[in-house]
Amino acid sequence: MSTRKCNHLSAMASPSIGEAGKTGQWRNVRPVVDHSKCTAAKGASCYLCSDFCPEGVIPRIAPIAVELEYCKGCGICCEECPAGAITMTPENIGSENIGPENTAASDALARSGGG
Amino acid sequence: MPKAKTEILTGNEAMALGAKLCRVQVVAAYPITPQSQVTENLSQFVERGQLDAQYITVESEHSALSVCIGASTVGARTFTATSANGLAYMCELIHWAAGARLPIVMGCVNRAMAAPWNVLNDQQDSMSQRDAGWIQIYARNNQEIIDTAIQAYRIAEETYVPVMVCYDGYILSHTVMPVVVPGQSSVDKFLPPYVPHTILDCDDPRNLNQVTLADPRNDASGTLCHGYMELRYLLAEAMMRAPETIRRVDAEFGEAFGRSWGGMTWGYRDEDADVLLTAAGSLASEATVAVDALRSQGIKAGVRAVRVYRPFPAKELAQVVRHAKLVTVFDKSLSYGYQGPICADVKAALYAEPRRPAVHGYVAGLGGRDVKARELVEAVKQSMADLDHGMIDKETGWINCQI
Repeated sequence: MSTRKCNHLSAMASPSIGEAGKTGQWRNVRPVVDHSKCTAAKGASCYLCSDFCPEGVIPRIAPIAVELEYCKGCGICCEECPAGAITMTPENIGSENIGPENTAASDALARSGGG
Repeated sequence: MPKAKTEILTGNEAMALGAKLCRVQVVAAYPITPQSQVTENLSQFVERGQLDAQYITVESEHSALSVCIGASTVGARTFTATSANGLAYMCELIHWAAGARLPIVMGCVNRAMAAPWNVLNDQQDSMSQRDAGWIQIYARNNQEIIDTAIQAYRIAEETYVPVMVCYDGYILSHTVMPVVVPGQSSVDKFLPPYVPHTILDCDDPRNLNQVTLADPRNDASGTLCHGYMELRYLLAEAMMRAPETIRRVDAEFGEAFGRSWGGMTWGYRDEDADVLLTAAGSLASEATVAVDALRSQGIKAGVRAVRVYRPFPAKELAQVVRHAKLVTVFDKSLSYGYQGPICADVKAALYAEPRRPAVHGYVAGLGGRDVKARELVEAVKQSMADLDHGMIDKETGWINCQI
């Protein structure tokens, strides 16, 4: 990757995925999709979860899958789903993804005082 | 297209008409005394279809300037206006607008800062925003207000530095004067459309004014982006170069409209003056009356007024005032714990001069206290007497402070 120097008057950077960190580490509840209830199972997904997701982490692809690396667990998809197919499940119950690494990151965030 | 015509206008009406003539596209302002007439007039222009702009009502000055920042970022010519506590409420965004290099123009109708509550004039509000990175121009009368509004967009959009057009509350804002209102077609000719520097491209998206850390670093495209300090250097550099633009725009305005305002500073009977009176805004106009009185008493006095306070016309002032014996500076504000801000800056401007006049500072007219020309005359005479006793510097004098 060659380095060009910017000539901007104000800060204007090309964004990259994950620039602000893996925000999925902020989550304490996660969306779990019941694919038997999701409208996609009936042939045509409504994609309302995708439309309403403020983080853009639900691609418009059936079957619905949330990108958990960046999902903050806000629960808007669960609130909006007309089929009641999404439930928010606490991360510390039955989660295989919360390991020592994520705990360390959560601790660091708590110490930082946030943004 | 209508030609220029003379109307009887308040300073606020002149400001609003100036913004209208510049065809501002987004106006967001919150009414506050003594600025309210500006917002009222602009909202009427929009409501009557005389100005093709979005008038966005907001719940605070913080939001007003936030709206202007968003609109200016996406390419709209924007205007806001405020006074005193409203300006203070904008404070966070005042710094943001400058750092984001957005050519917003703001009318600042100078008013005293509370406490105690006071709606009358001094210049503490805008002087307290001195270091935010805005160009500050102080108008001396209502004609200069409308003309400076038009100049301000040219200056802001050429330098990408926001401009505050400051004028004294009540003394100018609510006082009627004959004002030549330029014709729309001549303003259109003078002021080209605004071209934003921001990159707004769906195929090449950007984070704007994102978290920018201490050191330069590569963005996702491999471009080495400025760190915070580099961007702030660019703002400082733009401010230091701005006098060139301000003088040129004022001169071009003179060619186009037959009036110019001195660029960075202006003088009155100061060519051969031994004693100079320096101030900004309407107080400098008042000082011209004092100068006539002093001249009639055989004292070679003159005015050298600050029109643009930031960037500070240090070299220009030093060139003009260094031949005088005494400079009396009248500030309508105070840097508490030190001196009047203009006074301190005039002193600093003279530092490198081998032969310097004495500089005496006075604070006058705080919270609407009337300043009379004879009081300025008395202060100048007191300073002359003090200088005869060898006082090249002295404590800040408080004019007509009855304590």
